[in-house]
Amino acid sequence: MKSLKRFFAGLLKFYRGNPAGIIGSSIVALIVVACLSAPVLTENSPTKRVARGHQPPSTELVFGSTRAGKDVYSQVLYGGRVSLMVAFSAAAVTTVIALSVGVTSGYFGGRIDETMMAVTNVMLVFPQLPLLIILAAFLGQVGPMVIALILGLTSWPWGARVMRSQTLAIRKKEFITAAEVMGESKWRIIAVEIIPNLISLVAGMFVGTSLYAIGAQAGLEFLGLGDPTVVSWGTMLYWAQSSAAFFVGAWWDFVVPGTVIALMGGGLALINISIDQVSNPKLRTGKYLKIWRRMKANVEAKRGQA
Amino acid sequence: MAFIIRRLAFYMVAIFVAITFNFVMPRLMPGDPVDALFAAAGGKLPAETLAAYQEMLGFTDGPLWEQYLQYLYSVVTFELGPAIMMFPVPVTEVLGNTLPWTVFLAGTASLVSIAVGCFIGLYASYNRGGVVDRFVPFFWQFVASMPQAVTALFVFFVFALTLKWFPLGFGANPDLDPGLNWTYIKSVLHHAVLPMVTLIVSMLATWIFTMRNAMVNVLGEDYITMAKAKGLTPRRIMTHYAARNAILPVVTAVSMALGFAVAGQVFIETVYNYPGVGQLIIKSVGARDYPLMQACFLMIVICVLVANFIADILYVWLDPRLRK
Repeated sequence: MKSLKRFFAGLLKFYRGNPAGIIGSSIVALIVVACLSAPVLTENSPTKRVARGHQPPSTELVFGSTRAGKDVYSQVLYGGRVSLMVAFSAAAVTTVIALSVGVTSGYFGGRIDETMMAVTNVMLVFPQLPLLIILAAFLGQVGPMVIALILGLTSWPWGARVMRSQTLAIRKKEFITAAEVMGESKWRIIAVEIIPNLISLVAGMFVGTSLYAIGAQAGLEFLGLGDPTVVSWGTMLYWAQSSAAFFVGAWWDFVVPGTVIALMGGGLALINISIDQVSNPKLRTGKYLKIWRRMKANVEAKRGQA
Repeated sequence: MAFIIRRLAFYMVAIFVAITFNFVMPRLMPGDPVDALFAAAGGKLPAETLAAYQEMLGFTDGPLWEQYLQYLYSVVTFELGPAIMMFPVPVTEVLGNTLPWTVFLAGTASLVSIAVGCFIGLYASYNRGGVVDRFVPFFWQFVASMPQAVTALFVFFVFALTLKWFPLGFGANPDLDPGLNWTYIKSVLHHAVLPMVTLIVSMLATWIFTMRNAMVNVLGEDYITMAKAKGLTPRRIMTHYAARNAILPVVTAVSMALGFAVAGQVFIETVYNYPGVGQLIIKSVGARDYPLMQACFLMIVICVLVANFIADILYVWLDPRLRK
């Protein structure tokens, strides 16, 4: 109960005077809730033919129908479940790998650090998307979970570098030395002393990777590398493109999934910025600066009088 | 100098890893890519060609290390054989035709977005809490967080298809003869506007944020206070004291951003039907043209590494501590 209270107090503190965080979280929460409650919001199945092909939005079909006569509205909601699941699982895999590689390499140092960082740096200079394309091409048309796994396994290097440098900074602090002197085991130090201090970085990374994964998944599927029979935001774009929706004027076919992806991305980006600003107050902008300016003006006015 | 050599060695290792990746990938997959090639060509390949492919892809009889050496040799000598998609044009020639387009598009877009983004970031940090500082970075971040495929589709739909201001595809008007005359250049530029704008829009926010955040951190340093105390003009402090040091993280961010530019390139070239390497790699994947696909991958990796190396040299030039 007490920890729950503390959690909400922390949440409140995070959102106070943080409009970017509030707007971003609201957008993300709205989309997530809408996708989760898809069966309540629509009666149509995303895979069943409900109308003639390429019907414009109407009172019956809010977002119109696709070329194959499926309900775009229900496809967006059900497809969002797949896309969000891929994004969040990819982000979870990435964060876990980045955290373990970064902390191990930063805390142990020496040869372990050198080898791990060499691998990380090589991974880092490779352009990711071509790598993903090649992998997906060799694996054949890949399902959503394979995409999540590929994304998770390839996007950790940058995070690992960030985690490592933060671990290096923490490692020299007194409380780590104290724990070492007290004879705590290395793994306990990592788990209990170091990782709790990286929580804001971990949160930032999770959000950042989800953002990346939403885009990368949509991109891969848009390029036709995913499994086109699964309904997700990316495959919706793929079908819109391959059924030449632009050229017949069926704009709703790609504007709807495109807008949802864009909103989701924008919302996650705003959360990410606000996490940055909370963890490094120097980067803040807005109201706080106004207060500071007023104080400065007051001081200067007083000085002028004196 | 030692720094440059160390970086060079690192890039060599990276290229080596990329080649090894190319070598290992087909071998991890069930079946033989040559069979896939055979099927892709509709079973019309003559036996000698098939044997040549087998040799070229290293699927000869022999121990694995021998196959590997053979593959390495064919990559180093640029003898990558003919492309299946456009038989019998050699892979290297197909690549050579597309590379200038990609380098032109990605290079110009990167330079423009770095210059404009840094300028906006500088301006935002110079006027902390002003309108530019409070809204412009957020706006661009929101725009940039759209996947590039989506941005490209929207821009394409509005400006090329609906308003008809710009052409629907290709790098230049296909009726014109390529050459260094004004009509052709004008056509190239006209065709490049939308892809370029899309790419710049998707990259701008990175630079605004990197520059602004770096500036904000530098502005808290003591030597900035010192410069103010000396009575230097704010403009001079910004450009000569703060920006000179804030530019270093920006150069570091180049290597991160390049991968992003390449990714954008693939989507943008696909949407705008632009004749670059990004479109080629997608086409070769569609045609199951493994040699071409791998060559594209290698080419992209090499381009990114070269750009990284240029950023390293720039870094040495900007940061005297690395020059010994």
